[in-house]
Amino acid sequence: MSKVIDFQTDPSKYRHWKIEYNGPIANLVMDVDENGGLFEGYELKLNSYDLGVDIELNDVVQRMRFEHPEVKVVVIKSGKDKVFCAGANIRMLGSAEHSHKVNFCKFTNETRNTFEAAELDSGQNYIAAIKGACAGGGYELALACNHIMLTDDSTSAVGLPEVPLLAVLPGTGGLTRVTDKRKVRRDRADIFCSMEEGIKGKRAKEWRLVDEVVANSKFDEAVVNRAQEFANNSQKANILGGISIGPLSRHIIDDAVSYDLIEVELDRPGRKVTISLKGPEEDAPADMTEFQAQGDQAYMFKLARELEDAILHLRSNENQLGLWLFRTQGDPKKFLAHEAMLSDNADHWLANEVQQYWKRTLKRLDVTSRSLAALVEHGSCFVGVLAEILFSVDRTYMMENEFDGDSRSMASITLTDANFGGYPMGNALTRLHTRFLAEPEHVESLKCFIGTAVEAEEANKLGLVTVILDDIDWEDEVRIFIEERVSFSPDAMTGMEANLRFAGPETMETRIFGRLTAWQNWIFNRPNAVGKDGALQRYGTGVRGEYNMERV
Amino acid sequence: MSDLLNVSYDTKIPNNVGLSSDRKVLKALEKWHPGYIDWWNKLIPQNFQESMVYLRTAVSVDPKGWAKFDYVKMPDYRWGILLAPEVENRIIPMGEHKNKPAWQEVPGEYRNMLKRLIVIQGDTEPGSVEQQRFLGLTAPSLYDMRNLFQVNVEEGRHLWAMVYLLQKYFGKDGREEADDMLVRSSGSDDSPRMLGAFNEETPDWLSFFMFTYFTDRDGKMQLESLAQSGFDPLSRTCRFMLTEEAHHMFVGETGVGRTIQATLAAMNKAGITDPTEIGKIRDLDVIDLPTIQKKLNLHYSLSLDLFGQEVSTNAANAFNQGIKGRYMEQRIDDDHQLQNDTYVVRSVVDGKIVAQEVPALTAINMRLRDDYIRDASGGIGRWNKIIAKAGIEFKLALPDEAFHRQIGVFSVIKTDQDGNIISNDEWEKRKGEWLPTKEDGAYIESLMVPCYEAGKYASWIAPPKVGIDNKPGDFEYVKLHMA
Repeated sequence: MSKVIDFQTDPSKYRHWKIEYNGPIANLVMDVDENGGLFEGYELKLNSYDLGVDIELNDVVQRMRFEHPEVKVVVIKSGKDKVFCAGANIRMLGSAEHSHKVNFCKFTNETRNTFEAAELDSGQNYIAAIKGACAGGGYELALACNHIMLTDDSTSAVGLPEVPLLAVLPGTGGLTRVTDKRKVRRDRADIFCSMEEGIKGKRAKEWRLVDEVVANSKFDEAVVNRAQEFANNSQKANILGGISIGPLSRHIIDDAVSYDLIEVELDRPGRKVTISLKGPEEDAPADMTEFQAQGDQAYMFKLARELEDAILHLRSNENQLGLWLFRTQGDPKKFLAHEAMLSDNADHWLANEVQQYWKRTLKRLDVTSRSLAALVEHGSCFVGVLAEILFSVDRTYMMENEFDGDSRSMASITLTDANFGGYPMGNALTRLHTRFLAEPEHVESLKCFIGTAVEAEEANKLGLVTVILDDIDWEDEVRIFIEERVSFSPDAMTGMEANLRFAGPETMETRIFGRLTAWQNWIFNRPNAVGKDGALQRYGTGVRGEYNMERV
Repeated sequence: MSDLLNVSYDTKIPNNVGLSSDRKVLKALEKWHPGYIDWWNKLIPQNFQESMVYLRTAVSVDPKGWAKFDYVKMPDYRWGILLAPEVENRIIPMGEHKNKPAWQEVPGEYRNMLKRLIVIQGDTEPGSVEQQRFLGLTAPSLYDMRNLFQVNVEEGRHLWAMVYLLQKYFGKDGREEADDMLVRSSGSDDSPRMLGAFNEETPDWLSFFMFTYFTDRDGKMQLESLAQSGFDPLSRTCRFMLTEEAHHMFVGETGVGRTIQATLAAMNKAGITDPTEIGKIRDLDVIDLPTIQKKLNLHYSLSLDLFGQEVSTNAANAFNQGIKGRYMEQRIDDDHQLQNDTYVVRSVVDGKIVAQEVPALTAINMRLRDDYIRDASGGIGRWNKIIAKAGIEFKLALPDEAFHRQIGVFSVIKTDQDGNIISNDEWEKRKGEWLPTKEDGAYIESLMVPCYEAGKYASWIAPPKVGIDNKPGDFEYVKLHMA
């Protein structure tokens, strides 16, 4: 699997999803093209999915918010007879490298989280309308919807057969959502998660696995009615007309990826990537009308899109490059004005969507399994939401005082309201709160600095950066940090970073990305699943997996 | 365990499984029984329920004399639980447990797979009775009506057989699945039968014959492979069901043959030699041969769909786990484990049909379908002999396996009757040449008038050569209750 995976797509290229827009209600029909797999060697039978199917779904969910803000309810259903969705394609999983499996699960998890949160963030509520078999990842897809309807045709069932069938976990949120979201009693969850055939009809409702069970002959009508009811009761304002999302301007060459606002330099021998974000050149739009007219060219939106694409591209296509260095260059004041346009108009649908999008993109950064560092250089613009990058990464290095022959403006960090709410991490805390877990009062006191360009010495004192370095030390210290960092075991780094980044309370989200994913990735490395005689490898051959019965 | 060859009538439910001493299962079955009778009573039109039908009832599982014939009202039919005699020291014939003793109890790890197979098999049995429920009203003779009801009561008994297994071996889940068998209903919106072919209507008697010839033959192949099961009670159940199934295929083959016979006789009498003179032939109130071919095409292709995906993980698992074997497993000369073998499967690659070798374990469905095709072609030859004997130049043929498929690799393409790939447009234009049209259906339906007089037959079908139970031609197979 060495071809470049592209996370950009558009409806004209979809092979697996169809969408019917009908005012406030959209029907999202999953109809996977068997021969449309991202890679060779497997067929996407029975609405099973691979990363390619999920890249389209991610695009659908994104466009739903920006291009179709009139939509209040999205009904996910199947375009196939007798099957809703059979989950992730097993042959794909069986043949994929470990790293691909992990990236695949991470991305699908992020997509599930995104449409799950769409109700709260954007007033778009997803309903799963299940007819036919709904197993594994198929039920996980449904679990991420906030309302699940199941037809009662004495055949259709929901199930998580991963454990008995494949010796892996329902790892795209399955186990966690069963207990944390659906709040299924744990002994019942234990039965449910260790049975192949799933649970149908009234018991599925009784066990809280679905919200409604409806007679098959009335099912379609009930779905329409429920969608209508949700749309009628929605608090979301009626919005006419979204903005259209055009293709990104992006050029990929061997050692660089260039966007309009972001340059990504790949240093393969040095196993590192430098990601440089440009501040805005033009003034902020006068109001949201102008912002909306700029559409996908509006600076704050475009920058988020480019950043998201860079993160996804690097994660999936450049996994030898273990360290990402973030830089910015630009006028902090101009950035401040651009950001203020959003925060001052938070009740404008588009301002809200762009901010929610930044929230999601920063979360993607939080869960990226690379060493992350930021360099706060002269001429940089780490302001507000860009300063969040500093609190997302593992370490921050900042230039102190003037540098010889460097005429750029003095390095500074500017906090805004954005740093105190609006962009929480998966643990539901702000990055500053998580950073200063022992001193919530310090976070309060930092509010005094909102809008102030804080220079190195002060930033260091306030704990906003890791190390400040002057002209004499900067180059050497940064070089040594980089060389040391990329010399460590990548596994130990990933594990250490993932643990240190998420201090504080657990949420369903952190449990999915932490506990569930970690266990799944452990199992993905164990012979019982992936060895040549393991269940995942043998699935489809008719020969059962052979297990080493030792408990570890 | 007195005499397991003969059927015990000391409980409400005739059986040779010692039901009277198995209180748990007896209780479950007796609980299920009223629901079943209720299902039956609602299903078949009332005047037939009251009629005396000359039916065979299984009284023993001894192959030499297992049934007796007598008049019985269908609701009083002694549906029972009958297993073929236990083979001493039977071993598992295939898969990873080959040569180990056959299981007398369900192995826990295969419980789900076994249950699913039994449920799917069980679901087809009442399904076909439901599909055929109104055919009595247009029976072309009392002889045919009797055959229909015989098939119906035996399908009912086959449901009993599967329900027994579910209740005896699968605990609470099994009892729920048994109840669901009576909840699902052919063609229902709310809870249809599990397999597509069992939700199609059987609108006329030619369809019924085609169904019993082609679709019941799928049932036979499935039973043959389940009869190989390492789960011995399933094997024994299916072995006995096969004795009954043979009659169903006989009804199909002779039914189609007699239809052909009537057509040929009418053509000869009218001096028509060209079988394509459809209008003229239809004027004789018989079914022209090209239309019979179309009906054959339809039922054959629907039946092929019942074999599922050509390459199937479930089928591979079932074989390797020793739960479901192949047709005539014992007579196949290989290691019966197939871990290193391959099998040729036709599939569609880049718009062309190509043959590919795949691991034999995954091609179990394909292998069974190939065996089915061989098995099904026998009758075609015999029908063609009847046609040739009458001096008419026409040959019936099985269409290509790629023709008119909804399931499997060929479902994505359209082909003509010979398997040549054609465009969707051409298919839409020409499908009436290969499949019955509305007009064909309407014509056949116009012939479906009942003929209830003993020894008389509707115009479109010839009398049988020999009567059931060697009864004479004018025997009153059904004493109709005409309230």
